[in-house]
Amino acid sequence: MTQTVTLHVFRGDSNGGEFREYKVKTAPGMVVLDAIHQIQKEQDGTLACRWNCKAAKCGSCSAEINGHPGLMCKTRIEALPTEKPVVVQPVKTFPIIKDLVTDVSWNYEIAKTIAPLKLKDEGSTEPLRMQQEDVDRVQEFRKCIECFLCQDVCHILRDRHRKDIFYGPRQMVRIAALAMHPLDASERRPFIKDQAGVLACNITKCCTEVCPEHIKITDNAIIPLKERVADLYFDPIRALIRKVKR
Amino acid sequence: MRNYETFEYDVLVVGAGGAGLRAAIGAIEAGCKVGVVSKSLLGKAHTVMAEGGAACALANVDPEDGWKVHFRDTMRGGKFLNNWRTVEIFAKEAPERILELERYGAVFDRTPQGLISQRAFGGHKYRRLAHVGDRTGLELIRTLQDKAVALGFESHMETTLTRLLTSGDRIVGAIGYRRSDGGLCLFKAKAVVLASGGWGRMYKFTSNSWESTGDGVMMAFEAGAELRDMEMVQFHPTGMIWPPGMRGILVTEGVRGEGGILKNGNGERFMFSHVPDFYRAETAETPEEALRWVDDKKNNRRPPELLPRDVVARAIYKEVKEGRGSEHGGVYLDVSHKGADYIKKKLPSMYDQFLHLGDVDITRQPMEVYPTIHYAMGGVTSEPETCATTLQGLFAAGEVACGLHGANRLGGNSLTDLLVFGKRAGDAAGAFAKSSSFYEPDTHQIEEEIETLFAPFGRKDGENPFTLHAELQETMQTGAMIARTEESLTTTLNEIKQVQERAKNISVSGDEKFNPSWHAARDVLFMLTSSEILVRSALERKESRGGHWRTDYPNEDPFWAKHNVCAKKEGENIKLYATPVPEPPAEYQEILKD
Ligand SMILES: Cc1cc2nc3c(=O)[nH]c(=O)nc-3n(C[C@H](O)[C@H](O)[C@H](O)COP(=O)(O)OP(=O)(O)OC[C@H]3O[C@@H](n4cnc5c(N)ncnc54)[C@H](O)[C@@H]3O)c2cc1C
Ligand code: SF4
Ligand code: SF4
Ligand code: FES
Repeated sequence: MTQTVTLHVFRGDSNGGEFREYKVKTAPGMVVLDAIHQIQKEQDGTLACRWNCKAAKCGSCSAEINGHPGLMCKTRIEALPTEKPVVVQPVKTFPIIKDLVTDVSWNYEIAKTIAPLKLKDEGSTEPLRMQQEDVDRVQEFRKCIECFLCQDVCHILRDRHRKDIFYGPRQMVRIAALAMHPLDASERRPFIKDQAGVLACNITKCCTEVCPEHIKITDNAIIPLKERVADLYFDPIRALIRKVKR
Repeated sequence: MRNYETFEYDVLVVGAGGAGLRAAIGAIEAGCKVGVVSKSLLGKAHTVMAEGGAACALANVDPEDGWKVHFRDTMRGGKFLNNWRTVEIFAKEAPERILELERYGAVFDRTPQGLISQRAFGGHKYRRLAHVGDRTGLELIRTLQDKAVALGFESHMETTLTRLLTSGDRIVGAIGYRRSDGGLCLFKAKAVVLASGGWGRMYKFTSNSWESTGDGVMMAFEAGAELRDMEMVQFHPTGMIWPPGMRGILVTEGVRGEGGILKNGNGERFMFSHVPDFYRAETAETPEEALRWVDDKKNNRRPPELLPRDVVARAIYKEVKEGRGSEHGGVYLDVSHKGADYIKKKLPSMYDQFLHLGDVDITRQPMEVYPTIHYAMGGVTSEPETCATTLQGLFAAGEVACGLHGANRLGGNSLTDLLVFGKRAGDAAGAFAKSSSFYEPDTHQIEEEIETLFAPFGRKDGENPFTLHAELQETMQTGAMIARTEESLTTTLNEIKQVQERAKNISVSGDEKFNPSWHAARDVLFMLTSSEILVRSALERKESRGGHWRTDYPNEDPFWAKHNVCAKKEGENIKLYATPVPEPPAEYQEILKD
């Protein structure tokens, strides 16, 4: 028995647009991305979306589904309420290009300003020695698939449009991965405070809630970064002791 | 003629997967101005999906390992169709490249000594795969992305190249369009590195992303480069089969590497009855021995589940064909005996994938799997040392290149391939660019490509590109899949020909702004030609070897044991010919024997 699902998909670009209704045949285990693909193939080939892996590994297919930011390839149709249409729209925080595709280039631009890993024994070719328990935390951060859903929900970027003061949770995770690498020798704190703007975050944890990789963005990345910055700027004596101890 | 924007680079890299990014790093470090073009956003290329790991004989967990064993395993796995010199370079340089990646910032899983941990994988005698849980590809691509960005290059994301431009017999650049607005981009380059990945999308059930339409290999072919081993595609034994929408999505070999076992619909562990003589001496004889191997690798032999992929895929095909399949027509893969904690630590994304997308808790239940199209062993002929192709100024690395894997790739060898030959291609292209200059591309070629690209907008009520793609996939899946015959291949070839005819009348609506049907219109042309070459090559090789299984010629053939099938464009025709496989020197023959 084939059933159908009704979708309301945003169609438009920077000049505006509208929600259009599509009816799509469902199959067991179908995800929202499958429905979008079916529309492309059978009803309207001009419907634009991004995707790559269809397995929640690449972070391309972010959208807002019934108002919830999520990956289209990980959202099962069966898990959504059937009484009303499934509403699919682009993420709100970034400028729209067309339909479900947005311009996320800002994320790539600010990424360029983050200093890469600087090893204590730079220039050597020796294998690194690090214990698993010392890299567990860094590995958590490195699970990030750059879906930018956390950037989408962070109110500083989404509602207050303050991309000028805050790099957003994704980049906090990236910076934390570098800063907590057991062998990183960079002093990153002035950058974390001034350019990246960690203090702007007021710990609402919305970012953590949407992360498809279940990274504890606020607790594990942002709060420790805030503490590091606080150490440096508000407790010069402790910071000094720490420096001498190293 | 339409307007286009022009960009000039010493080295133009086509592709931002592992191979392209590593090549970019090489060329930047050689002092070149580098541009990288990719169809997706940075960090999203197919490489990101790789799960199991990167093979390198670091010998961190099995001290007996070394480059010679890796060389042997790769040659044997490839059924000796590999270029031995390519394999030698690969096996020797793999550890260096992985350690370098670690210094760039990759954080691999660790051994108790604090070194890079290594896991077992099919066809590798020792535990050899450096890994990060089951998301090794993500670690690799993100590390290279960050490194290349820090060094500085110009990135043309979401830009599709559609033609390599030549001046005489030299590659001088490429042309393509920006996906966002359809704007034309002309790239002039002193050297071009082709790192455009594989072509699994020509099949219906595939583990590959939408990008894998083989544009790169076809652009090289159209420009006159030699291709080889195009009949050799890898069917990964374990793709998902249920639910239907998930069909084809990969279940990493890491599941078997971590001790997963295969059972048929009758609950039998069937792999023991499918061990070829060639591998008998190194394979466990009983389930008891296989079980002991998990903890004591020295005194026991590997479970048959870890035979090379071609062997396991054929075994699954036979089990299902002979009526011993699972509920949805596959077989069962069970790792639940390893316990929930272990599985969640070592195979977290598999756990997630099945739980969310398949309603299966793999810590308690078996998965259902069936072979899926996975990897293209064949591609553009490239020199072992420099990755130079048969065209001046064109270098090829990664999945698009050919030489390393022979008739069957061992799991884990691709990720390291990207690093070893990505670097070599980038270095060589950098050096080439230094002693070269810019040439004017042939304007006739530019006009011709623009005409091809925009033609579908001018037609009314023609063929739907998505429909043609689906029909191509259907016929490839039926006739050129895991078991092939003269008849099945001929039928498929005829059907491809028919679709090719209809493709002359593809039409699309809408405009040039991010228009998927327009993008598909060009992609499908590439896939039609590459499918034709694949099928024709498969008809030539009248024997069974590695990924190429001809049920009408089930045995190996002495002539084809020593020859690659090559393809080249001659006028408007595809010319096929056999070339001798380079013979390894005597000292290596010894290594290969046992
Ligand atoms: C699910 C999965 C799991 C895997 N697991 C493993 C594993 O554990 N170990 C292992 O060794 N291998 C694994 N592989 C294989 C391996 O991931 C791939 O072979 C490898 O990543 C290919 O890398 P590449 O750099 O050659 O190309 P890709 O990563 O495919 O990148 C190709 C690049 O070329 C660009 N491109 C293509 N066409 C054009 C065009 N026309 N114009 C501009 N740009 C273009 C694309 O946009 C992309 O950026 C796996 C593959 C899959 C699918
Ligand atoms: S916790 Fe901070 S970063 Fe996360 S959404 Fe809230 S304000 Fe933004
Ligand atoms: S931290 Fe999580 S939500 Fe944010 S970009 Fe990465 S994966 Fe996406
Ligand atoms: S398509 Fe890759 S995350 Fe959805």
